[in-house]
Amino acid sequence: MSLTELRPASHRQVPPPGPGKTKHWLYRFDTKTIPYVFISPFFILFAIFGIFPLIFNGVVALRNWRLDDPTLTGWAGFANFERLLTDEDFWNALGNTFGIFILSSVPQLLAALIIANLLNRRLRGTTFWRIGILLPYLTPVVASTLVFAIFFARDNGLANWFLSLVGFGQETPLDWRAQKWSAWIAIATMVNWKWIGYNALLYLSAMQSIPKDVYEAAAVDGAGPWRQLWQITVPMIQPVVVFTVILSTIGGLQLFNEPMMFDENPQSASGGSDGQFQTIAQLIYKVGWKDLDLGYAASMSWALFLIILVVAGINFALTRRIGGGR
Amino acid sequence: MTTYANRAPQDTRGTWVTYLGLSLVLLFSAFPVYWMFVISTSTDEAVAASPPALIPGAQFLINAQEVFTLNEVYFAASLINSVLVSGVITAATLFFCSLAGFAFAKLRFKGRNALMVVVILTLTVPNQLGIVALYIVMGKLGWNGTLLAVIAPGLVSAFGVFYMRQFISHAVPDELVESARIDGALTLRVYWNIVLPAIRPALAVLGLLTFVMAWNDFQWPLIQLNGTDFPTSMVALSDLASGNYVIYRRVLAGAFMATVPLIVLLLIGGRQIVRGIMEGAVKS
Repeated sequence: MSLTELRPASHRQVPPPGPGKTKHWLYRFDTKTIPYVFISPFFILFAIFGIFPLIFNGVVALRNWRLDDPTLTGWAGFANFERLLTDEDFWNALGNTFGIFILSSVPQLLAALIIANLLNRRLRGTTFWRIGILLPYLTPVVASTLVFAIFFARDNGLANWFLSLVGFGQETPLDWRAQKWSAWIAIATMVNWKWIGYNALLYLSAMQSIPKDVYEAAAVDGAGPWRQLWQITVPMIQPVVVFTVILSTIGGLQLFNEPMMFDENPQSASGGSDGQFQTIAQLIYKVGWKDLDLGYAASMSWALFLIILVVAGINFALTRRIGGGR
Repeated sequence: MTTYANRAPQDTRGTWVTYLGLSLVLLFSAFPVYWMFVISTSTDEAVAASPPALIPGAQFLINAQEVFTLNEVYFAASLINSVLVSGVITAATLFFCSLAGFAFAKLRFKGRNALMVVVILTLTVPNQLGIVALYIVMGKLGWNGTLLAVIAPGLVSAFGVFYMRQFISHAVPDELVESARIDGALTLRVYWNIVLPAIRPALAVLGLLTFVMAWNDFQWPLIQLNGTDFPTSMVALSDLASGNYVIYRRVLAGAFMATVPLIVLLLIGGRQIVRGIMEGAVKS
């Protein structure tokens, strides 16, 4: 995706067609106004349903806004934000969000790199493999999480059955939802499952645009395929790596569907019996539409927005550095 | 040292290790969906066995029928709603984004470049963070709890405009647009007769990706339609999985039925979806 083509080829001046006042007026309208008519649906709809809510969210965060008590209005000042600082639920959710994020993003991107490298060969059935690894990307998270919930079930779950094969948990089967670490692993597995193939295709696309002579030139030091991947390919596709890191940061910190559906009672939005795996996006939903406190939920959204900005910035700097910062 | 080294990877033939690796990846990718199908065809006993059944049973129709006849889940209605919501969102996105993409690629007007920069900037905005205010906006419009509230925010996408603009500037020659206008064709006619036929491949890609995203959307439809008798299929699934007594085979039969349309799309349009993602499609 380059921005170099912002300026399309210049047009020759089109002569106004024929004489006549109506025709002339129509011509002017067609050339001067129609372009704006064509772009206006996007800008109008995006302004109303995209940009305005985001800004208005900041106003709501500074007000009392309860769905169950419409009479309670007025400015709350920074009360919502102050409450945030001492809210244990918020800090708990923040910790869970980060825990799951790290367990999912790092293995996800590493696996995607390796798979992209496998796909970046002369293969039989190229399209078949590519379509195959996209199956998780298309599968609704709500549906796949229900399968994983059974996979990670305490009683008769496949995950525990595998563990018992290697000698773990034969006495008392592991209750994956009960502890933070195991619930995070289970949820991170679902996130990884969904996004590995998608990221692999992004990497593959970048790998295929690396000029071949780069490899030929580097062959002098006799790099094997593994060193070839890390020393030539990865630095060459670094911009895409940065892009996927930013994407998975934005997506990962807003994680909602997986922890929601992993819960034994999805509608409660509590993220486990004691909030072991409640994420911030889930807490926002709970505060807003279960506790009916929209003002407080809005302030959480703003906090999450800031956190995403900061973390995306840090990750941007980190990946640029690790990739050899060009 | 082997001969790997002096060749670019894309010129190196895949070895048995490559195929083994890819097969394992495919197994990992497909297993949850396959197992979803297995459980949706099984009896309670087969699901509860240890190790659980890994071969499809014979009672898919019974399980499916139970899902459709459950009270307060509205599964049949939810499938229709999902088709409706995703269909309208896809059609509108294709129309509005190709229209705007055409204007940005081929028409001259004041502020075009500045406005395009605005579109690109909005690509990075995580809309999900505005949901509280969006809910209040929908309340003012009187749309809360309706399908309209679910559909409206999806009608356009910044990514769609960007993608269409890129495609149109390559796929539609300037000369073609100009000669049509010299012949007196209005811009709308140029769009309809020249641009639309030329960008069918891009419409297919954007259409497929948009449909999948709309179909799978959960958080916003949940906020809007939870507790109504016309949910989308994702909201209905969360209902199906809630409650004190959850029957796996029934829940997974629902999950499988809500996944089948997308598997069909992958079989029909897999090539286009792969291309769309590899051309730099992002989550919008």
